Amino acid sequence: MEPILDIQKISKKYKIRGFEPHYLMLRDVLSKKNRKRSKNKEEFWALKDITFKVFSGESLGIIGKNGAGKSTLLKILSKITPPTKGRIISRGRVASLLEVGTGFHPELTGRENIFLNGSILGLKKNEIKEKFDEIVDFAGVEKFIDMPLKHYSSGMQLRLAFAVAAHLEPEILIIDEVLAVGDAEFQKKSLGKMKDVTKEGRTVLFVSHNLQAVNTLCKRSVLLEKGEIKLDGPSNEVIRAYNNEIIGAIHEWTGVNGDEHAALLKTKVYSDANVFYTNRDIYIEMEYEVYENITNLVVGFHIINEFGCHILYVLRDDYDTKIESITLKGKYKERFKIPANHLAKGTYTIAFDLGIHNVKKIASDESNLQFYVMNEDSYGCRFPVIDAPGYSGIFRPNWKI
Amino acid sequence: MFYVIEPTKKIKINLRELWQYRELFYFFTWRDIKVKYKQAVLGVLWAILQPLIGMLIFTFFGKVLKIPSDGIPYPVFAYSGLMLWTMFASSISNAGNSMVNNAHIIKKIYFPRLIIPTSAIFVATFDFMMAFVVYICLLLYFNVDFSVAKLLAFTFISVIIIVVTSFGLGSFFSALNVKYRDVKYIIPFFVQSLMFLTPVIYPTSVLKYDWAKYLIAINPISGAIDLSRNVLLSKSLNIELLAVSCISAIILFFVGLLYFKRTEEFFADIA
Repeated sequence: MEPILDIQKISKKYKIRGFEPHYLMLRDVLSKKNRKRSKNKEEFWALKDITFKVFSGESLGIIGKNGAGKSTLLKILSKITPPTKGRIISRGRVASLLEVGTGFHPELTGRENIFLNGSILGLKKNEIKEKFDEIVDFAGVEKFIDMPLKHYSSGMQLRLAFAVAAHLEPEILIIDEVLAVGDAEFQKKSLGKMKDVTKEGRTVLFVSHNLQAVNTLCKRSVLLEKGEIKLDGPSNEVIRAYNNEIIGAIHEWTGVNGDEHAALLKTKVYSDANVFYTNRDIYIEMEYEVYENITNLVVGFHIINEFGCHILYVLRDDYDTKIESITLKGKYKERFKIPANHLAKGTYTIAFDLGIHNVKKIASDESNLQFYVMNEDSYGCRFPVIDAPGYSGIFRPNWKI
Repeated sequence: MFYVIEPTKKIKINLRELWQYRELFYFFTWRDIKVKYKQAVLGVLWAILQPLIGMLIFTFFGKVLKIPSDGIPYPVFAYSGLMLWTMFASSISNAGNSMVNNAHIIKKIYFPRLIIPTSAIFVATFDFMMAFVVYICLLLYFNVDFSVAKLLAFTFISVIIIVVTSFGLGSFFSALNVKYRDVKYIIPFFVQSLMFLTPVIYPTSVLKYDWAKYLIAINPISGAIDLSRNVLLSKSLNIELLAVSCISAIILFFVGLLYFKRTEEFFADIA
């Protein structure tokens, strides 16, 4: 099968003139001062040899830090700016939503803006007429449709803008950060609409910092870093790599951390999937060596969430009824399980604790592991709302009896 | 639908694509007209008031300075020049600022960029049509003898000459404006100066030398105004002067178009 988008060695160079704006004043050109400065123009490669293929019906996520080249890539794909090198072979009509509401004019009414915006986005007048009621209904602005846009609330404007955009029907749809609009209910509607789009077999390129949304909408993702493709593969793997990179997370540590009594040798956090999901078990493993028999050895860990909140402390033998326990010399391996449907989505830090009760700490607060938990598809989110506060508490339980 | 996105090497004018986007010409023009008159209390009346007030002022000076008018009542004479001149002046300034004014759209969505300055000229053409209705009223009021067919035909050609010229200069200025923001200040100055080199408030016949007439004709607007005024005169049209104006208009058209096409791909990067 031929790819619908074949991106071949795309590079894009920008010349940067320090902190000067891109445009000039004539006096700058006329004055010698600037002529000197313009020699010092720096070249900057926003994209370097980007190559990948997208097949019809596929939805591809594009992730990366700010400045990684995501927006430049989308601009080239949507023909807003040409590449410096390379070429793209496209086999479908592209529509891009680099920003919802482009071309909206505050003096015009909602109705007029639907036509204007739709037309700028590439819809024919007749197509807009056909979909008009659907768009108005989707945006929920029936009562205000003949009022100038300047009287709309910002939420209403965004809804209207998204509604127009959502009714485009190109073969390839390029979306940049548009799901972060509106209230919870509208987000749910938007996400549902985006899912429909992918189900209809259209190709979607989706750029977002919202990894949850990328994971929900796209099976495959591309990770960009400094203008280059760092990873291209299944979304969950790419997202995990990206997450580890941004939070500098390590899921596994080996070494020797301790003293003459005992030492931590290996720690690990893992799950049966590649990523940590709220609805799956998460395992934490620690290996340590005891160099002599120790009474009341403390083995466990703390978990701290992304807001610095200490959420739990677990010990190997918390529930042991014996008053005294002796750990014999030797190597040990302890496994813990955080059962599914406990931790909510978020980034967690594990601080391991090894010590002798009431005597000393042997190894603690070091070899910290981090892991990022997210919702799997819409499991545990009957009403998937991205970033809704309801799903970002400390727990994500499944408590119905 | 199959296409390739590549670094651009040659200047290519994709007429088929412009045709596919034809509705956008309409929508941009429609938007500008709507927005322009929506908040103004007098609304579309402004399209008429501009040349009308100009006519009153210049009639006053015309009478004081005894400017000849080839036998046409001076108010009609001044108005006939001013309505065409106003169209040209607003075409140039609308078009010249159009790319910068629409930068937010250019940076976000692709469509043939030429639509933007062209629509700006259509807005001025719409205003002209309003002003033209007043012109006919003036002709009737002053009881000027004219043939309707000739009036319509000649005015139509005049408008075409102005549109072609404005397109050339407008797209040139609009592209230059993206790079050099000074252009915004240069345009009004340019338009104002050029007006006195154009037979707007005086007839070409005041020029004594033939070479001066040819020199003035290089400005296509001179040709356009002379042509439309010829309707009211009994003397025949100087085809040679008109030809000079037409050729000049076509040259300006292509120079503007080429400059625009050569720079358009980087609009989104620098706008």
